[in-house]
Amino acid sequence: MPVRAHIKEQKPTFERFNAQWTPTILLLDSAGAEKHRIEGFLPVDDFLAQLELGLAKISFQHGSYAEAEKRFRTICGTYRGTGAAPEACYWAGVSAYKASNDATHLGATASQLKEQFPESEWTRKSSVWIH
Amino acid sequence: MSEIRWLKDVDAALKEANATQKPTLIDFTAAPM
Repeated sequence: MPVRAHIKEQKPTFERFNAQWTPTILLLDSAGAEKHRIEGFLPVDDFLAQLELGLAKISFQHGSYAEAEKRFRTICGTYRGTGAAPEACYWAGVSAYKASNDATHLGATASQLKEQFPESEWTRKSSVWIH
Repeated sequence: MSEIRWLKDVDAALKEANATQKPTLIDFTAAPM
């Protein structure tokens, strides 16, 4: 459901969701719980990648790990040049691990991140998975 | 590409999202409408 709230017309909605800046985009799951927040302008590809990241997080947090992995991997591949890509690769690996309980997914993810995104904080977060 | 039908009533949107099991996107904007 797409909702648009304008700062001049719907200030209480801004306060209700703690929107402090424009543009701010929230993704809520079907129960109305916030799952992803985008603050500030982004170029088209970065914006689309962030939207996909939000949808992937919703799948993950609902325990739909196979669907979440698919969504995260799409971001990791299709939007590889965006800031969302390393985070998506990280969570793709976590989703694969959660679905299978096979820790080799984590090691493979850490290696992939190290190779493709050596400067990312997500690569540093995954470094503990390399043995 | 079809045009997005933006809603203004957050509570109505949340209710519909719950009924249809779909996510909600809220765009907080200051752009001219």
